[in-house]
Amino acid sequence: MYTQAMDTQGRDEGAGDKPVRSVEEMQLQQRFDARIDDGGFIEAKDWMPDNYRKTLVRQISQHAHSEIVGMLPEGNWITRAPTLKRKAILLAKVQDEGGHGLYLYAAAETLGVSRDQLLDALHSGKAKYSSIFNYPTLTWADVGTIGWLVDGAAIMNQVPICRCSYAPYARAMIRVCREESFHQRQGFDSLLVMMRDGTPEQRAMVQDAVNRWWWPCLMMFGPPDDQSPNSAQGMRWGIKRVSNDTLRQKFVDATVEQAKVLGVTLPDPDLKWNAERGHWDFGAIDWAEFWRVVGGEGPVNRERLAERVQAWDDGAWVREAAMAHARKQRVNKEAA
Amino acid sequence: MSHEQESKEGAERRAAPKPAPVPSGDRAATSSTEGSTEWPLWEVFVRSRAGLDHKHCGSLHAADAKMAIHMAREVYTRRQEGVSLWVVRSDQIVASDPGDKDMYFDPMEDKVYRHPTFYELPDSVNHM
Repeated sequence: MYTQAMDTQGRDEGAGDKPVRSVEEMQLQQRFDARIDDGGFIEAKDWMPDNYRKTLVRQISQHAHSEIVGMLPEGNWITRAPTLKRKAILLAKVQDEGGHGLYLYAAAETLGVSRDQLLDALHSGKAKYSSIFNYPTLTWADVGTIGWLVDGAAIMNQVPICRCSYAPYARAMIRVCREESFHQRQGFDSLLVMMRDGTPEQRAMVQDAVNRWWWPCLMMFGPPDDQSPNSAQGMRWGIKRVSNDTLRQKFVDATVEQAKVLGVTLPDPDLKWNAERGHWDFGAIDWAEFWRVVGGEGPVNRERLAERVQAWDDGAWVREAAMAHARKQRVNKEAA
Repeated sequence: MSHEQESKEGAERRAAPKPAPVPSGDRAATSSTEGSTEWPLWEVFVRSRAGLDHKHCGSLHAADAKMAIHMAREVYTRRQEGVSLWVVRSDQIVASDPGDKDMYFDPMEDKVYRHPTFYELPDSVNHM
């Protein structure tokens, strides 16, 4: 999820190498580089290169947007959950996603952007969110599959960011990762019940969901390393710790075993154990589809964004009323 | 990450987009909460169990103190992470300036005699 942010916004011009730099600025840069090399953390008020700040605002806010937009595909199923138990679990999970978005917005705000600016960027389409949320949730099995595969891929992505050089982001990620594990496990559990105790139709429904989500999940890790021009800078800055392809491979290796336990087939005829590499080989990813989805032409891009914007607009009177109430209380208190 | 360092974040929120080393009072000038429609920012501190300090755990936007406490419960203690909450307006936090870090904290570096380990005592009384 986070890895997409570096790849979906084009290349930074000149990586901040302005031709003329003051001696003081060069000293600050040296100190910054040294701290990164030592594996140290950068705090909000520390000096940092402009492009480091810009890259982080972009990545953290996209990450936050992904959490918030990610509430929509599953929120859609809360009223239709098959049992009270599944409904309570799904409610808790969707609430968690909202919480994760809030941790991340707060981390982005430490860099000097306001919440309103961040939301404007999302609502105007200027900022992106993970491509995965532009796919529809057609059946109940999609909910379990999102937990198992989408959250599984997100965890793979997010664990390395707990060591991100920007400390407020790293701290937010530690909190997110601690909570995310429940998301993946509840998804697997939900699918397992259907595969083990379900009807043939229910088992077919699970297989169909896995068929539709598998490839988009592999795309979550972002384009191949040789087509990821901003990755090197991200690695240098300690924002990105592990490459897109490495994470993707790790995800495939872990998931193949889980699919066996579940009794589903991953929809890739080229999926084969490679003893020499010690990894599973997998088939070619349709990157044209990925770029189409990122470019706004995925199955439900428009619906997702429209729903987000409408929720924000519909909430305007609540936000205003709360502020008016707070003002009134303040005035009353001062008068008393 | 020390407790003190973490809680400083609060005062850092409203830093200008390009914060050169600035004194901690900078937020008054850049604070956009007055006159803006954005709910003010609050810092949240959680006491995870009786006997421990409240520890800074993050921040959130809320219209007033009551709402901030309520939101803090929803955002930061969904899994019994706390038994007590503090919230404080971010613009009320005064912080030391990271630009002054060396000048401010290094003088303690050579005062090793402030630590018990500085004193070598005979073995028989070394548990003192």
